[in-house]
Amino acid sequence: MPGGGSVRAIRDRIKSVRSTAKVTRAMELVAASKMRRAQDRALASRPYAERMTAVLAQLASVTGAGDGEALHPLLEQRAVQRMSYIHITSDRGLAGGLNANMNRAGATLLLRHQPSVAAITVIPVGRKGRDFFARSGMPLAAEFTELGDFPDFETIRPIAKIVMDDFLSGAVDQVFLGYQRFVNAGVQRPTTRQILPIIPPEAVPGAAAAKSVDFIFEPSPERLLETLLPRYVEMQVYAAILEARASEQSARMVAMHQATDAANDMVGALTLVYNKARQESITGELLDIVGGVAALEAK
Amino acid sequence: MPLTLSIVTAQRTVLERGDVTKLVVPALEGQITLLPSHAALMTALGTGEMIATSPSGVEAIAIHGGFLQIVHDQVSVLADAAEHVAQIDLDRAEAARARAEARLTGRDPGVLQGGLDVLRAQSALQRSITRINIVRRRRGTGVPSGQR
Repeated sequence: MPGGGSVRAIRDRIKSVRSTAKVTRAMELVAASKMRRAQDRALASRPYAERMTAVLAQLASVTGAGDGEALHPLLEQRAVQRMSYIHITSDRGLAGGLNANMNRAGATLLLRHQPSVAAITVIPVGRKGRDFFARSGMPLAAEFTELGDFPDFETIRPIAKIVMDDFLSGAVDQVFLGYQRFVNAGVQRPTTRQILPIIPPEAVPGAAAAKSVDFIFEPSPERLLETLLPRYVEMQVYAAILEARASEQSARMVAMHQATDAANDMVGALTLVYNKARQESITGELLDIVGGVAALEAK
Repeated sequence: MPLTLSIVTAQRTVLERGDVTKLVVPALEGQITLLPSHAALMTALGTGEMIATSPSGVEAIAIHGGFLQIVHDQVSVLADAAEHVAQIDLDRAEAARARAEARLTGRDPGVLQGGLDVLRAQSALQRSITRINIVRRRRGTGVPSGQR
């Protein structure tokens, strides 16, 4: 049976690609549902973030935080000797270029600052970033992995606490935060920004009138800053992780969708080859039979 | 004009309503009552019960630290944690209290690893006690769970 072996090999290959497509399709669906939940959580945290920013902007404009003398240690601008960088990635791969892009953005940030500072430490959140910076030999101040797909506020507070403690003790002078910002299901943007010292948010236009409001402060504005500022840092880290999780799921959804499409295309191409090979082998068998009959008749 | 109240935490919006006529809040330096046309105020919140009165009745919300701002009858509460009294799970709160107490009294050895853990256990204890007290008061059972 000429070509019989290759026909079977092609058939097995089709079967295996089909089952791959089934797996990637399932992963796509899981990622889609997780993305929805992650997005809902990111949205649910927004009112708090917005109000916190508005309140802080008002408090800052009333107390004059940000101009000259620092009202709170977390606002203090120092010459930057040592910087720290919180790098948020996912624990798992199969998310297209998501983590590679984030790692590149993080490395770019550090390379830009390296000439001007004495020391840089990295605090990776997520295994992909941890592995990347560990491989490149960066000193890691701490690492956080396996926080889950939907970490809650309490889970991330230690991350903010570490950098705030280090900043207050003078161990670091500046802290950056990097994460994949969720733009929409198809687009994630690597984003890095400074979180310490805190840059007081600008009063939103319209709230400018609030400056003229005579607030009663209980206790003093300085004490209020003391309760609000640490929350503000925690909130930023929390919001960044929620966005990063939504980005992760959407990137995975898209990557798995493409993988499913590619697998289905491959099944199509292989089926053509398979049919051709099958036809060839049938033709070959027919020729054998015809040839055999002809040989018998010729006798 | 009634007060517009919104209570938010980092995780969710706990309460949002525009018809509050009276609001009692657990400020850090003692309980304060807010009525419409209150002067602009920013205050830190302690742990305790927030009581919102509106035409539809009285609502109790457990507040565990945070921040309050009132300006032009708009009340924003940025709570570290908050839950509506109807959402409090009494059994869970009791369990949390027992766990925190066990940790603090050393009956659960090897769990506390430093000052941070002690602080965490203390705040967990305070939160659970607040929850339990509010539920008892609001649901009208003063009987400790052990004697139920």
